[in-house]
Amino acid sequence: MSQPEILNQAFELGYTYTRSTGPVVGRFLTGLKNRKLVGIKASDGRVIVPPMEYDPDTAEELSEFVDVGEQGEIVTFAWVKEPREAHPMNEPFAWAMIKLDGADVPMIHCVAAKSESDVTTGARVRAVWADETIGFMTDIRCFELV
Amino acid sequence: MKEIAIVGYQQSDSRSDAGAVNEVEMIMPVLERTFAQVGINNAQDVDFVCSGSCDYMQGAAFAFVAGVDALGAVPPIKESHVEMDAAWALYESMLKIRMGHADSALIYGFGKSSPGELPIVLSQQLDPYYLAPLWVDTISLAAMQARMMLDQGLITERDMAEVVSRSRRNAMNNPHAQLSGDMSADDVLAQETYVSPLRKGDCCPVSDGASAVVIATVEKAKEWGVPYALISGISHAIETHNMGMRDITDSVSTRIAAERAGMKAGKVDVAQLYAPFSHQEIILTRALGLGDETSINPSGGVLAGNLMMASGLSNIGEVFNRIISGEAERGIAHATSGPCLQHNLVTVLEKAEKA
Repeated sequence: MSQPEILNQAFELGYTYTRSTGPVVGRFLTGLKNRKLVGIKASDGRVIVPPMEYDPDTAEELSEFVDVGEQGEIVTFAWVKEPREAHPMNEPFAWAMIKLDGADVPMIHCVAAKSESDVTTGARVRAVWADETIGFMTDIRCFELV
Repeated sequence: MKEIAIVGYQQSDSRSDAGAVNEVEMIMPVLERTFAQVGINNAQDVDFVCSGSCDYMQGAAFAFVAGVDALGAVPPIKESHVEMDAAWALYESMLKIRMGHADSALIYGFGKSSPGELPIVLSQQLDPYYLAPLWVDTISLAAMQARMMLDQGLITERDMAEVVSRSRRNAMNNPHAQLSGDMSADDVLAQETYVSPLRKGDCCPVSDGASAVVIATVEKAKEWGVPYALISGISHAIETHNMGMRDITDSVSTRIAAERAGMKAGKVDVAQLYAPFSHQEIILTRALGLGDETSINPSGGVLAGNLMMASGLSNIGEVFNRIISGEAERGIAHATSGPCLQHNLVTVLEKAEKA
């Protein structure tokens, strides 16, 4: 009995589309590429970094961008003794909510530090840029204590 | 409006690793026990079925469809699914009954969390541009929340340890619990920190398992002739995904949901609160204004076993159990979703006038 012909079709798993990040998220990510941090004014005037497209309380579309500093203050933090494989750092580090100078709403990122006792709520930190910035959140490699 | 009652609840053991047992094999024994409790044969005997699970945990799109194999869906059944804790599947089922499209419903939730790295898997539920690329895990987010509360003097580490101690001791009476034992607050405080300021004990374990509930109109419950408890209210509310814009030391959405569900209309004898981290139980207790007259998490809660996508449903079942046993007359069950208590559902259950 002859073998049936086996049908073959090459298949590559992947997303066959590109997606625009839009005028708000895109503006922030483009800023990162240029090593600049930008926030947006909420309905009540608070500056949100990274910027949001809509105000979470009023649902108003937001559009007033505000430049903010690359330094800020730790609002709260978690100390990671044993980084996970997916984490952005290989050595013990802190996750922190950081209120950047000129911002009212803290953002979440990682903070490089030698030990837990070096990190405190209220400590000043500064963004450390990646060697090559590509318009992605990880363009900020981490924050470091000032 | 038709009154709706719970007539059955079963849960599997909460296991740290179910091994080769797959999702369908986890669900089936739970469903069989639920059908036996209600006195029905199978899913054909209810008008609607709704499940809760998360494809990210199985790592495949539409993985939840395989769960339907546990039902034997031939001849065809009316079926739906939520990519959420099955407590929200119960909410959908309530709507189905309220709209007059069904008189009874089977709800089940399942999760096999052990094969993946759950805190990292859950990082992918966060903002896709600003947070998911950082892989910030759920334990670290909760640790930041706990430190904020400690810094502001809202709680102490001992308060947190006491929550853990009570959970482990209560869980000694829960045959399905994963973590139980006579552990004191001092024992918890003696643990070194894990993701500081949290200790391992402050964090729910990773668990595999499933649970199921049957609800029905009171007429149908009477026809079946089984004990039942009334669902007198259910509501849910969500806060912004931007954690920096929320007061994470409080749970505004839980309070709103409880108000809408009518919690304050009577005494709360028992409250099952979905607090994956010890300090979150304190946030919830305060947000709900619960006092000494309320027994909190008598099952041990999720610190004793956290069935992702099922424990919120189990909380409803645990309150049901205590009402039909006569231990409580009225209680609330809470379910949560998202990081640091972002989205919350509150169900109010009451003893039936005359069963």
